[in-house]
Amino acid sequence: MTAATLDRPVRPAREGGALAGVRELARLAVRRDRIMLPAWIYVVALVTAEITFSLKKLYPTAASRESIVVEVGRNPALSFLYGQLHGNSLGALTDWRFLTYAALYAGLMSVFLVIRHTRADEQAGRLELVGSAAVGRQAPLTAALAVALAANVAVAVLVALVLVVLGLPAAGAVAFGLAAGGCGLVFAALAAVAAQLSETARGARGLAFAVMGAVFLLRGIGDSAGAQGPTWLTWLSPIGWSELVHPFTSPRWWMLAVLAATAVALAGAAYALAAHRDQGAGLIPLRPGPPQAGPWLRGPLGLAWRLQFGALAGWTLALFVEGAAVGSVAKGIGSLFGNNPGLKHAFERIGGQAALTNAYLAGVMTLSALVAAAYAVSVVLRLQAEESTGRADPLLVTPTGRVRWAASQLVVTVAGAAVVLAASGLGAGLLYGDRAGDLGTQVPRLLGAAMVQLPAVLVLAGVAMLAYGLRPAWSVGAAWTAVGLAVLITLFGPALRAGQWLLDISPFSHVPRLPGGAVSATPLLWLTGAAVTLAAAGLVALRHRDLD
Amino acid sequence: MTQAIEVSGLRKSYGKTLALDGLDLSVAAGEVHGFLGPNGAGKTTTIRVLLGLLRADGGTARLLGGDPWRQAVALHRRLAYVPGDVTLWPNLTGGEVIDLLGRLRGELNPGRRAALLKRFDLDPAKKTRAYSKGNRQKVALIAALASDADLLILDEPTSGLDPLMEAAFRECIEEERQGGRTVLLSSHILSEVEALCDRVTIIRAGRTVETGTLADLRHLTRTSIAAELAGPPQGLDTLPGVHDLVVDASPAGAGPPGTGATRVRCEVDSEQLAEVLKRLVAAGVRSLVSQPPTLEELFLRHYAAEPQPAAGQPAADQPAAGQPA
Repeated sequence: MTAATLDRPVRPAREGGALAGVRELARLAVRRDRIMLPAWIYVVALVTAEITFSLKKLYPTAASRESIVVEVGRNPALSFLYGQLHGNSLGALTDWRFLTYAALYAGLMSVFLVIRHTRADEQAGRLELVGSAAVGRQAPLTAALAVALAANVAVAVLVALVLVVLGLPAAGAVAFGLAAGGCGLVFAALAAVAAQLSETARGARGLAFAVMGAVFLLRGIGDSAGAQGPTWLTWLSPIGWSELVHPFTSPRWWMLAVLAATAVALAGAAYALAAHRDQGAGLIPLRPGPPQAGPWLRGPLGLAWRLQFGALAGWTLALFVEGAAVGSVAKGIGSLFGNNPGLKHAFERIGGQAALTNAYLAGVMTLSALVAAAYAVSVVLRLQAEESTGRADPLLVTPTGRVRWAASQLVVTVAGAAVVLAASGLGAGLLYGDRAGDLGTQVPRLLGAAMVQLPAVLVLAGVAMLAYGLRPAWSVGAAWTAVGLAVLITLFGPALRAGQWLLDISPFSHVPRLPGGAVSATPLLWLTGAAVTLAAAGLVALRHRDLD
Repeated sequence: MTQAIEVSGLRKSYGKTLALDGLDLSVAAGEVHGFLGPNGAGKTTTIRVLLGLLRADGGTARLLGGDPWRQAVALHRRLAYVPGDVTLWPNLTGGEVIDLLGRLRGELNPGRRAALLKRFDLDPAKKTRAYSKGNRQKVALIAALASDADLLILDEPTSGLDPLMEAAFRECIEEERQGGRTVLLSSHILSEVEALCDRVTIIRAGRTVETGTLADLRHLTRTSIAAELAGPPQGLDTLPGVHDLVVDASPAGAGPPGTGATRVRCEVDSEQLAEVLKRLVAAGVRSLVSQPPTLEELFLRHYAAEPQPAAGQPAADQPAAGQPA
């Protein structure tokens, strides 16, 4: 050995070979995610508790739950959205309402986690530094999977605990938790494969989410197919496997083994792929792009549009699907709440309407508006990211003024928010109109109900712009706090019978309740005025401060 | 000669950190001006004030006859900038970025764009996320060089380039000088500065410590002398302007002891050179090696942590850099 000929003490080679350093890397991952990971896990436990508790309160008796059984049997859209309902116990209802989403949530968490610690680090060049130390070739992947395993076990344990505490049978609670966590593990392993295929973290996440969307649709079609239809499609989907555990009827424990085996097989594939590729390389090569800029890439507006287009397409599709999903169940909503005054009141409070369907649709439009606000704020905050990464500099040292640069982003924000809202209204209008046999009326009606939210959405975008103009370092926290407040006030304010002054803080409290309510231009003009003032103040502040 | 950049007494602080502390800088139109200083000296802060990205706390800054903060947009029509750490939009190609930046500055000359792409050997069809640091830097350089700007502000533009591309860069800057463009070049690559710059300004801790041509700066510093003499020199140790004097009366390999052979090494301020040589000659010179200060020595002296008095009277505890081997 060269070390010996150089008269240096030879240190024994580290044990572990390809896996050397796993423990240190796993610890590093936990340290880096010490806030994000517990947050993911707590949120799913919290939502489980919230849903189970409200189901327990709203449907205390088997008889009251029977109305849901009847409606789900009648309305395939409900099976598509949530899965099949097996029996009328509280456990069965919780399983129907939330298991699919708990599994999906665990999957999302796992994809973000695994890609973040594998391909994202590799793309950023951090793994090159790590790999040059005494660290095995497969150690980063193993560490990421180990952390994902721990996170999914934590999800399973916490969710099961919550269900037991809320009085559900222990065996079913454990099966529910493991079904969700098991699905998370399958997606962790899938993400590990995607991380080998794509050269970029973005591409790897895209691949994993595309598969996730596809298997979600598969199980939706299978669940809603009815006895004569292709119910076997559910059996092709890992999310479907979680549903098929049937935790609270007669738990099929062996379905958990299917989940585990799939996770192991996918992880094995990821290791095999990783062993056969170079550091930094992917198995799907990057495509070259145009060597010259298109004619529209002329200025800050063209650039902002180009940079936002992909994200806008994604959000538009997501809100269209969301609108379509709620539109498809809106018609049966009356019978679903038939014998349940509590739920009926809850929806009436959010929707502010007596007519239940209208109230439901108006409530849903408010939810779409909150999502659109999150999108709009993320577009405005892109300015902060552009400034802090230094990408704004090359633009701002051309004759492009700061105000023109930021205003271009605001134009894209307004247009994007309008498109996203319109997609939600269109989706709801098309599906509800189709089921109600009244397309011609419902499409414009729900489109209008969605668009009336735009001024309120833009107020939050204006808050983000003002925060960015004043203090870029604080703007991300400040803008998301504003969004969070609006969400809390809008969703929980009426139920908690909060004072009017509190409700008035949220711009969404001032939007006319549509469909069904009276339209008045005054609040819309006020909201628009507030949005314009906030944005203009933000631009002025930006004009007068130092850039990072 | 008109001044392209005229900065005097510039001050800027970030909270309690003082970044610029009365900095002066003047760049004549048509010259290539080196802008030097250790890390954290305030070079980038100065450049960002000149670009109108930061507002100075005090002092004056004029750029191409205008106010860099108030008239930013108008002045930006006449300048191009290459940052030291180029970050680009990962999902755009290099070609798209070059075109975009070119169009933002006015139209881009397609012939010049193509020539520069070839010269810097850049593939414009690659997404910028696939570029190395050097290739990202080439994108910014090509966009700047293909413009018709009067003034190029380059902040360590070659830190990621390979020697071949560095040579191409020097050729380009040489051509720009011929073409009458003004260049402010911040760099740590001393050979590059020596090859390209008409004048340099050295700053430290937010203040200008030296400015002038390289010949001027050299003149302000010391020459190292190593001589073998027939006998001991007289009065060298008391002569002002002689530093780090080492007199070795019986050097190894200089003949048998007692023959009077003496080896002398010292650092001499330029204005004392004649006097020192006179005394060496008086002692009988057998061999003489005289080295002008290298650029490295020059900079090391100016970069050193403690502020120094004028070069003629160096502090006593300041060892001269770069003893001859």
